Amino acid sequence: MAKSTVTPRSDLTLFLGFTLVVLAMPIWLQPFGAAYPDLMQKFAIFGLFAIGFNILFGQTGYLSFGHAAFIGVGSYATVWIFKLMTMNVIPAIIFGTLVAGIFSLVIGFICLRRTGIYFSILTLALAQMSYNLAYSVLTPITQGETGLQLSTKDMRLLDGAVADGAGIPPTNFFGIEMSAWDGLFGFYFCAFFLIVGFYISIRITRSSFGSMLRGIKTNQTRMMYTGLNTRPYKLAAFVISGMYAGLAGCLMAAVDPLAGAERMQWTASGEVVLMTILGGIGTLVGPVIGAAVIKYAENIFSAIDKSVLVDLFSFLPDTLGTFIASVVSLFVGKGWHLTLGLLFMLVVIFLPGGIMEGVERIKRRFFVKSRADSAE
Amino acid sequence: MDAILLQILNGLDKGGAYALIALGLTLIFGTLGVVNFAHGALFMLGAFCAVTVNKAITLSAKVRDESVTFFEAYKDVPYLEMWLGETGSLIINWSIPISLLVAIPVMLGIGLAMERGLIRHFYKRPHADQILVTFGLAIVLQEIIKAFYGANPIPQTAPDFFSGTVNLGALIGMDLTYPTWRLVYFIFSMGIIAAVFSFLQFTTFGMVVRAGMADRETVQLLGINITKRFSTVFGIAAVVSGLAGLMYTPILPPDYHMGMDFLVLSFVVVVVGGMGSLPGAVAAGFLLGILQSLASMTEVKEIFPGIDQIIIYLIAMIVLLVRPRGLMGRKGVMED
Repeated sequence: MAKSTVTPRSDLTLFLGFTLVVLAMPIWLQPFGAAYPDLMQKFAIFGLFAIGFNILFGQTGYLSFGHAAFIGVGSYATVWIFKLMTMNVIPAIIFGTLVAGIFSLVIGFICLRRTGIYFSILTLALAQMSYNLAYSVLTPITQGETGLQLSTKDMRLLDGAVADGAGIPPTNFFGIEMSAWDGLFGFYFCAFFLIVGFYISIRITRSSFGSMLRGIKTNQTRMMYTGLNTRPYKLAAFVISGMYAGLAGCLMAAVDPLAGAERMQWTASGEVVLMTILGGIGTLVGPVIGAAVIKYAENIFSAIDKSVLVDLFSFLPDTLGTFIASVVSLFVGKGWHLTLGLLFMLVVIFLPGGIMEGVERIKRRFFVKSRADSAE
Repeated sequence: MDAILLQILNGLDKGGAYALIALGLTLIFGTLGVVNFAHGALFMLGAFCAVTVNKAITLSAKVRDESVTFFEAYKDVPYLEMWLGETGSLIINWSIPISLLVAIPVMLGIGLAMERGLIRHFYKRPHADQILVTFGLAIVLQEIIKAFYGANPIPQTAPDFFSGTVNLGALIGMDLTYPTWRLVYFIFSMGIIAAVFSFLQFTTFGMVVRAGMADRETVQLLGINITKRFSTVFGIAAVVSGLAGLMYTPILPPDYHMGMDFLVLSFVVVVVGGMGSLPGAVAAGFLLGILQSLASMTEVKEIFPGIDQIIIYLIAMIVLLVRPRGLMGRKGVMED
């Protein structure tokens, strides 16, 4: 996507535009019925996750199928800080991101010895292993199937013990609760990290480090022939993207303080791959758009059930209406994953560059047309 | 000692399933160069062939139950039993072996359709695209099955003839009782493996396929339509993993995501065995199956808690770090 038109100024415009759009989400999402905090937090958190994933997959060309493991590790670490130290989210987020970073350093060190399909399978295997461990042996740390939850008996060294009869204290940012401002504070808190993460990803893309990563993606052998040791670069990219995922996991735990092993399952890793692909691999904004589209669609589609559909098609003759409703109901509600799978296939087959490529194509068509007009 | 032998035996049936799926994966990878993430879904589809056949032959009518005299009670009597009497119940009892006959053409058809309709267009695309599109296909297939059969496992029973246990240790004076069906599964998987290998080794078709795996271009230059043969190989691979799933139903009640569970492990098996090596896939399948069941012994678990959950992944990591090509991997396969 490196175009000759990229200048520091265009990057600044992109960044400012992005910031504005994200901050104004509660306003412009209103007509779509998506302007409530829960969903917008998801947009921000998964957008962050996808940005980080894109640094590894989009820029460096390594397809990891185990990134959800870092989300899980980040969540667990965050909740433990809530339990042991304080309900203030800042120490928890810093600690959680660091732990995820160290964890991804170890995993990356092992997996990056191989490339291509081997790498994908190795990450898949390691993530699956962490998932299994979280369910079985590590139960004292992870609480197994119930998931790690807060309780009034936690020690909270910095906050002090909870008075008798009081509930679990809420997560807060120096006294401001996450659910303050009708939940909007939680959203803006996540959005802040999304914007910072986006800025870092622009800086990485434009830096010489970023072009090194793209060099690895294009032709690693040639990079090595020029005498470069590519491993530190790959490992750095892996750790950075692991920390992004860890931070996303921390934010999940910050807005809703519990952590469960199902966040680490490999289908969750598959979901972030889909987000990145749907938005546009290797582009800056693409992954965020992809994440938002999927989370929005998930929210809309899985809420529809058969009775809604029957109402929707009630203008048709009875039998036809019921028939169409029953066909469509395969794709919505509990069948939402079927739509997801189909979407996945369609995007990979017809639009490998994702939404961003689609936009680009449309733009080019109009641009070429207008140039042809002016030539006449 | 008895316990260890018994665990090795227990590992054989699971190892057989891993070996069969890994064999299919390797066949597809070796011939078409495609990494098929939808292979687990084929295993699952095979299992649901058995479920479908079973449902079809036990189609029932409601008949008044004469043994209840107080009130009008009804019971389900399959049509087959009404028409054929004893023979009918025998057929129902043998539904799994019968569904083998149905599954072979069905799986062959599904395999060919998949190759012609989708995979063929992905030969020239990067491996990442192949992984992604087959991953999507796997989700679609399993969601379709879920929509038709629901999310709960559907238990299947083996024919009465194979129920119960056999004492394998009788000959050597030990006590090794082993479920008969698992033994059948092991023998069956060995049979399939032998059939695939001899097909590749002793038939002209197999010879051409092997030649194509070694050097595709030269074979094409000799005027042989290798693409056509390779899509047949895809069909065969689909049949192999479908049958593996079908025969596994009495051991593990099939549900819609059984394929995914087996797929991840089978990939690990393929990597451990060495990508593109058929004997490697089979050997690693049995090896990992046996190791897994050894690791679930209580004595081992006391020393290393939870080892049964992670042993396979642990072995895979060690093998890849020590022998990056896998146990029997060939040089030059998937190295770039």
